[in-house]
Amino acid sequence: MAYSDKVIDHYENPRNVGTLDKEDSNVGTGLVGAPACGDVMRLQLKINPDTEIIEDAKFKTFGCGSAIASSSLITEWVKGKTVGEAMELKNTQIVEELNLPPVKIHCSVLAEDAIKSAIADFRKKQSDRRSGPSE
Amino acid sequence: MTIKLPIYMDNHATTPVDPRVLETMIPYFTQNFGNAASRNHAFGWKAEEGVEYAREQVAKLIGAKSDKEIVFTSGATESDNLAIKGVADFYREKGNHIITARTEHKAVLDTCKKLEKKGYDVTYLDVGEDGLVHPEQVAAAITDKTILVIIMLANNEVGTVQPIAEIGKITRSKGILFHTDAVQGVGKVEFDVEAMNVDLASISAHKMYGPKGVGALYVRRNKPRVRIVAEQDGGGHERGMRSGTLNVPGIVGFGKAAEIATREWREEAAKIFALRQRLRSKLFAKLDMIHLNGADDPRRLPGNLNVSFSFVEGEAMMMAIRDVAVSSGSACTSASLEPSYVLRAMGVDEELAHSSIRFGIGRFNTEEEVDYVADLVVRSVVRLREMSPLYEMHKEGIDIKSIQWAAH
Repeated sequence: MAYSDKVIDHYENPRNVGTLDKEDSNVGTGLVGAPACGDVMRLQLKINPDTEIIEDAKFKTFGCGSAIASSSLITEWVKGKTVGEAMELKNTQIVEELNLPPVKIHCSVLAEDAIKSAIADFRKKQSDRRSGPSE
Repeated sequence: MTIKLPIYMDNHATTPVDPRVLETMIPYFTQNFGNAASRNHAFGWKAEEGVEYAREQVAKLIGAKSDKEIVFTSGATESDNLAIKGVADFYREKGNHIITARTEHKAVLDTCKKLEKKGYDVTYLDVGEDGLVHPEQVAAAITDKTILVIIMLANNEVGTVQPIAEIGKITRSKGILFHTDAVQGVGKVEFDVEAMNVDLASISAHKMYGPKGVGALYVRRNKPRVRIVAEQDGGGHERGMRSGTLNVPGIVGFGKAAEIATREWREEAAKIFALRQRLRSKLFAKLDMIHLNGADDPRRLPGNLNVSFSFVEGEAMMMAIRDVAVSSGSACTSASLEPSYVLRAMGVDEELAHSSIRFGIGRFNTEEEVDYVADLVVRSVVRLREMSPLYEMHKEGIDIKSIQWAAH
């Protein structure tokens, strides 16, 4: 199976590989997939709690070329967007952009899950902080 | 010296045709194009002569006593089907039990599954973590209904070489037929149907520098005389066991490939083994968390190196080294999205099965190619690990198995 040029580009030059401080209350971490299934994505979003704008995004992925490309692509897409806008992103947009074949659609589903999971983690941290004991 | 890319290192999948083989085949397309079954003219005789010479060459390679024991087929999948279904059909009155192993080729396993639907009982032996079947397991599985034992000579994924001689001793003493899929091992490791008491054996030309689309089934004629029911009906070619016009150029090429292997295999195996060890030692010296899959020498094919690079997914690895042709046991490279059943049967963790890469070194690989591949693989593993959340967790001392992963 041949890869699309865009998959190869993201795979060769992945954007935003790295790690944010997962203890930071403004950082939401999404860890989705499973090693036994052959793909694990970790997406981290640094979100401004006042504006809800995603200021930074980093990923690390264990998975095939399409999984790496999908996660690299979403870091580009979500940066600068609001949380609400990021929640609107659909896996089909990733499939279209990267021209993924049917057998690789699960990579795009995982990427969408990673966004939702990272945002959920951010929300949880924020509400824990608000409901936590005041200092 | 400049390296010519891409590099072919997938010699378990197929091999290039040796130029000496091709040269032998060419006249059989244009001049000696006759039908080997045409008994009444020179064109037929010439073709038949080519086929019969090839039959001797193939018989010699596997130590068959008579060239009449060689039945030409379209390849090893057909040979496996013919051997297993043919024996099952013929000996139905005698019994309905067949013994094989979980790591056999699909041509064997799927044929056995089909027989199960027709009322046969099949025992699938477990293998050790090295992929080996122990002869005692075979002995213990035999019942008074057992008619056939099927164990491959060497595994196509992990290169494990089975104790064929020891298993042959058992089957012979119990009067049970023994079939081996010898495709990956013949011409690479010791194989002799007489010395090993093998009754049926499948071989394929394109795994030994011959053309695709031609193979053979060895069917013993003496002590015991093996009988099979033909699968394909027609003109009664190949002494009634395999009807169909013979692929004369292919068979002639197969014969030449067998002749070269008979003459050169020992020397070649030593050369290929040295190349594989060079690759193995370079990878193991420069990378941590790397695992060898399959048995160690001498129970391993000389050209096979199957390794798992922890925390790096196999298909991503193949993409990183896409100027080098290899294979992976990763689910992503299979249509089924399941990781290698061979590795799973050996008890390899699913994660490591996804991370496995099979290097298959062959006749035409060079030391320069091995060095190039080793460097490229090391660089790629380092790069992909930098990108792997699992590697980061491993470095932080987190046990990946302790995490509740959501299966998807």
